[in-house]
Amino acid sequence: MNANVKFSVAEKNALLEQELAGRFPDARGRFGPYGGRYVPETLIPALERLEAGMREHLHRADFQAELSDQLLHWVGRPTALSYAPRLSAAWGASIWFKREDLAHTGAHKINNALGQALLAQRLGARRIVAETGAGQHGVASAAACARLGLPCTVYMGAIDMERQAPNVGRMRLLGAEVVPVTGGDQTLRAAIDEALRDWVADPDGTFYLLGSAVGPHPYPYLVRELQAIIGREARAQFLERTGALPDAVFACVGGGSNSIGMFHAFVPDSSVAIIGIEAGGRGTGLGENAASLSYGWPGVLQGCYSLLLQDENGQIHETDSISAGLDYPGVGPEHALLLAAGRVHYESATDAEALAALQECSRLEGILPALETAHALHGAKRWAASNPGKTAILCMSGRGDKDMPTLQRTLLAGAKP
Amino acid sequence: MKPHARLSSAIRAAVDRGEPALVAFMTAGFPQIDKFSEHLQAVASVADVVEIGVPFTDPMADGMTIQRSSQSALKQGVSLKWILAELAAMQRPEAPLVLMSYLNPLLQYGYVRLARDAAAAGVCGFIVPDLPFDEGDEFRAALAAEGVALVQMVTPVTTPERLARVCAASEGFVYAVTMTGTTGKSVAVPEAVIEYLARVRAASPVPVCAGFGIRSADQIERLRGHVEGVVVGSALVEVLERGEDAAGWLRGLRGGR
Repeated sequence: MNANVKFSVAEKNALLEQELAGRFPDARGRFGPYGGRYVPETLIPALERLEAGMREHLHRADFQAELSDQLLHWVGRPTALSYAPRLSAAWGASIWFKREDLAHTGAHKINNALGQALLAQRLGARRIVAETGAGQHGVASAAACARLGLPCTVYMGAIDMERQAPNVGRMRLLGAEVVPVTGGDQTLRAAIDEALRDWVADPDGTFYLLGSAVGPHPYPYLVRELQAIIGREARAQFLERTGALPDAVFACVGGGSNSIGMFHAFVPDSSVAIIGIEAGGRGTGLGENAASLSYGWPGVLQGCYSLLLQDENGQIHETDSISAGLDYPGVGPEHALLLAAGRVHYESATDAEALAALQECSRLEGILPALETAHALHGAKRWAASNPGKTAILCMSGRGDKDMPTLQRTLLAGAKP
Repeated sequence: MKPHARLSSAIRAAVDRGEPALVAFMTAGFPQIDKFSEHLQAVASVADVVEIGVPFTDPMADGMTIQRSSQSALKQGVSLKWILAELAAMQRPEAPLVLMSYLNPLLQYGYVRLARDAAAAGVCGFIVPDLPFDEGDEFRAALAAEGVALVQMVTPVTTPERLARVCAASEGFVYAVTMTGTTGKSVAVPEAVIEYLARVRAASPVPVCAGFGIRSADQIERLRGHVEGVVVGSALVEVLERGEDAAGWLRGLRGGR
């Protein structure tokens, strides 16, 4: 539990009650105390248009029909729910995977990228800009834009371009322009800053396709709505296969899009424990991890009031994680709310724990998970040790092919070529 | 006179002299932390208002120059606390001072304590690029208790209804951003910008200063009579970065007047 943020029992209960009643985000774009819209004045009309367009189209039958058709025939949804027999035997609890790694482009990111690109098309956008950390959102955006015939520019930190090199090539082959970001921390945070600067320059014609459940309202809501299909499918599939709900669900949390997508359908199921796993990096000190829910306190970054890794002067701190997709000093406001309301338990896994879990899953299940996902795997393993015989679904958020450069330097270092 | 009124009247005094007020921006502690006071005095000797930038790790509305100056200042240890302590201790210039800061450093300092410390350090107003009007009530109220202005920004894409609402709540001056985009790019001043500035002036009870992309005497000459003031930012930061004479360069902006 984060010791920096304290809510009374009455406050927790009130927040949970409102979340369950669907009152968040409220009219001001808030999830309880978190969220909001902290952006330069230039972007206010664009966000107001996005919100109005989203309300007009997102839940309309014709939009949903088009989205569903693309999800079925192009993305490959519904994704499988796989039982993991050998990991279950090794860990002592029954582990199931929601296979977002099987979705087109190899991760859950396509659910959101496709949905937002369809929305952008309806709103008459001339071009799309996106940011990317691990490159998965960049690849998903490039693919969705190619599919719909929209020009796409992706900002990516120079450090991430190096550690996720295969994805840079994929984006370029898919026709996107990839712009290296050499300012700031040269990772996801700097890429978001640069995408925002691009958007500020042309708020009328450009659509910012934000990849995580972060940023100014309405993005945290929009991304959650587009990712919630993960948990909806998983819940229905698990019920059909086993006749019951799982005892727990797991997902990794960086900005928090696969996790909010996985968790959302389970929030009302009070018998289901919900556990999010952050990047514990190489330690618990400031700068050694990217676990903002575990170690951060409230502040404003990139349009949103949420929990942040920062210093006492309000400067945003650099983070450290082996996983580019989790290497972010903030987190989506709905996760901050779910922590405050006591509904989701957040903990972290270190780089070394994630690598070991990745190795174990690959050998025992024939699935090479993304490094991000490997954090959740370690969390599930830890939980299984104290919950023998129980059942859990883990969001297998993406596949690990993109992580080969990092894996060559770590798990495979010293192996014969 | 309350701090926010000092700000408005310094701008109006320049207009009375027949020229747009010069609002000059410098990043605190850049290029050298130990020359902050010296650079501030030099800039204030020509400028009508000095806008002091509080460095932030993620300046999303700023171009390369101010990103670079912010990074450098942070590396040298500049913080909001340090800036306020320096201002409180120094012989302050006559020109009123405003602080430009992204929201998070202000939030972490604490609004009520900040308003008090800022007023005590001679700060007349705040410009917060990532605090749009709708999110500003709490900070505006804390500043109002000390008579310090929360300067609002408007842009060419601000809708007419919103423009009226934002201008009505502005104190000190209204910061009219001349273009969409980040700071630092040089822009021409097309007729559409002049028309936009006229709309802002019609809506604003306080003086209007134009900023973003203003780097030359020619641009300022073009704006003469259309605004009460101009904000010069990145170009001045570059002059300071090159170690050149800031006061001389600012005088040059006034076309030698």
